Amino acid sequence: MKALSQKRRHPLAAIALLLMGLLVTGGLYAVATTVNQAKATTSFSANDAEEGGKLFAANCATCHGMGASGSQDGPSLVGVGAAAVDFQVGTGRMPMQMNGPQAYKKPAQFNEEQTHQLSAYVASLGPGPSIPEAHVLDGQGDAANGGELFRVNCAMCHNAAAAGGALTRGKFAPALSGVSEKHIYEAMVTGPQNMPVFSDSNVGPEGKRDIITFLKQIEANGSPGGADLGALGPVSEGLFVWIAGLGVIIAFTIWLTSRTS
Amino acid sequence: MSATSTPSAPAFVAKTKGGRITNFVDERVGGSGMLREFGRKVFPDHWSFMFGEVALYSFVILLLSGTFLTFFFDPSMAETHYQGSYTPLKNVEMSVAYSSSLDISFDVRGGLFMRQVHHWSALLFVASVSVHMLRVFFTGAFRKPREMNWVVGSVLLILSMAAGFTGYSLPDDLLSGNGLRIIDGVIKSIPVIGTYISFFLFGGEFPGTMVIGRLYMLHILLVPALILLMIVMHLFMVVVHKHTQYPGPGRNDGNVVGYPLGPVYAAKAGGFFFIVFGVVALMAGFFTINPIWNYGPYDPSPVSAGTQPDWYIGFVDGALRLMPGTIGNWSVEQVWFGQVFSFNVLLPALVPAGILFTVMFMYPWIERWITKDGREHHVLDRPRNAPTRTAIGMAGFVWYCVMWAAAGSDLIATHFHVSLNDVTYWLRALFFIGPVIAFIVTKRVALALQRKDREIALHGRETGRIVRLPHGEFIEVHAPLDEYKRYKLVGFESPSPLPAEPNANGVVDKKEKRRAKLSQWFFEDRVAPATPAELEAAHGHHGAHEAIESGDTQKTLSR
Repeated sequence: MKALSQKRRHPLAAIALLLMGLLVTGGLYAVATTVNQAKATTSFSANDAEEGGKLFAANCATCHGMGASGSQDGPSLVGVGAAAVDFQVGTGRMPMQMNGPQAYKKPAQFNEEQTHQLSAYVASLGPGPSIPEAHVLDGQGDAANGGELFRVNCAMCHNAAAAGGALTRGKFAPALSGVSEKHIYEAMVTGPQNMPVFSDSNVGPEGKRDIITFLKQIEANGSPGGADLGALGPVSEGLFVWIAGLGVIIAFTIWLTSRTS
Repeated sequence: MSATSTPSAPAFVAKTKGGRITNFVDERVGGSGMLREFGRKVFPDHWSFMFGEVALYSFVILLLSGTFLTFFFDPSMAETHYQGSYTPLKNVEMSVAYSSSLDISFDVRGGLFMRQVHHWSALLFVASVSVHMLRVFFTGAFRKPREMNWVVGSVLLILSMAAGFTGYSLPDDLLSGNGLRIIDGVIKSIPVIGTYISFFLFGGEFPGTMVIGRLYMLHILLVPALILLMIVMHLFMVVVHKHTQYPGPGRNDGNVVGYPLGPVYAAKAGGFFFIVFGVVALMAGFFTINPIWNYGPYDPSPVSAGTQPDWYIGFVDGALRLMPGTIGNWSVEQVWFGQVFSFNVLLPALVPAGILFTVMFMYPWIERWITKDGREHHVLDRPRNAPTRTAIGMAGFVWYCVMWAAAGSDLIATHFHVSLNDVTYWLRALFFIGPVIAFIVTKRVALALQRKDREIALHGRETGRIVRLPHGEFIEVHAPLDEYKRYKLVGFESPSPLPAEPNANGVVDKKEKRRAKLSQWFFEDRVAPATPAELEAAHGHHGAHEAIESGDTQKTLSR
């Protein structure tokens, strides 16, 4: 301790302290971020990546640039991971039909094998979220916990009943019924379109599994009270009572008074 | 039953057992006199007269289904963990109120159906009250002697909204909690006293642990009792004033033409109750309403997309959505004397509703003052025959509808694939110009319909039969109307503007000048009904080509 106290006024002490501080924060940051970094566990063969590269050059490079380095018309895809590709291509959002506030879901343009090859190619460009493993998609989680997580994290855009909702300037959060478990998971980890990323430090894999369980369960439950009128809440209910309810009653009033009026 | 019509004869002994019981009761309460009086009440028949009845019947359905719900609902905000049969909420922490609402929905036999009956009939109740008021307004039924009944009806509309809103909040689900939060925000935006009122209502900071119990007491006790009281006053005045009727041959301000209550109308009205009940039951059976299990328990942190109030509060929500937070660089929320004044909440929440309700309450007196019409009116106006009133009504209606639509702006954006911002900008513009356009268009349409009526009264109905005359001209043959139909087209008043008159001191004061100006505005565009002389003249030259001689009608249109 004596040696340290003697050297604390050394001209290089400040620099040493600075270096030490940088090393500690940098090291901690590296540890913290690797928690969020999905490990590429899905195995892609070199051939997949090569075929994917050809598909990419033919179909995607116009906007995303050669080598997925990005252009004025589309972002760089280095490091977006296989999950992003699998979601965007698998739901038909990419290749995009036209430029607009948001890419619409449409029939997928590539088959599963081609999607797999494209994913392999983009995954080979840099590490990113990988395609989720089957055990988080089994829908056997805790639906009640998933419901709570959904209401806190998702309902403000997607609506508490997952019926979707509006965002600014033509953007929107889509309805979630009919979306596959895999795509729900990939959307959470990659944050497509205007959606934020829900990293594993925010909602862990088990939490995501619970959310998927909740969504699949309310989808399977259907609507216990009869036709759900779009699950849009009081607006569709009000519209229904004014048009159908009062409409039928007016028809009856006309019938009741038709003989003398 | 004829025996019961002579209650004053004490020596009377009925022949049958039923007759003796009836006579016993009648001698003590005088029921036959009441029956005779009410049974002879005459009601005119028209489909548009039945919305008040629909409202009354929905209220009866509300009382019946609501009583059922009180057996199972527990208005406590104590925390519990749900143990019912809806698995996506199993073990979730929630209030007892929400848990018992879920139990009503899933674990009480017939509970979900009754909840849906209650909610659908609540929506139908306010809707039928509104349509009833529109009918009364547009036909001029609020004029003397019915101004006070109009006020009672307006109070009923506000009470029905209060009943609806207090009920909407009771399940303590996410949707209703969001709604209460907005109300809390509106209350807190009232300068100086807002925070105190909010703390008083919620028993502390929102949401507290009291509000559901308090709303429950208002919902099942105070508000329905007031509604019942108002309904009694409303119907009492209907009996006193007698029913209005549409113009027609033999109908005037001194009579009522229609069917007596007993037996025709009693049967019709009784049957109609079951029709309304049936329609509500079918809706409740086949269409879900307020699926509270979708929304989850209330928690102040999450807000779901598509959070809206029930339709009758929608216009206030819409006004809030339309209000910009800043106008140019000027922030609508101001800090004065170290206090925040949230005019961005206060103005949209209170001003449009305040204007609508103030004009609604005062309208009978406003029109009475402008027209100086102090006579009793029992014969209604057809809306086209009071063009300015109809135009005022439509302007208000459109204004309401713009705010109403704004409450669903997010759904308009997603369902029509347009930008939410654009929807808001358009509705903001329509908020100001919509009523003006509606006023002008409605007035023109009403005047055009009056001209058409005049044309038909004078020249008859187009038959569609084309005849070629010997000299080659083609004409369409017009068939004259029968006099009953013609009466409807000519039997109305078309007052001309009433110029300013001097008061008792012989002075024309400023107020009277203003009134004269308004009277000018109210009546300057008018189409006079065809006079008997004009009808005679039209029939006099009942030639084949009278249809194209419509020039003579133009000169009678002032302005």
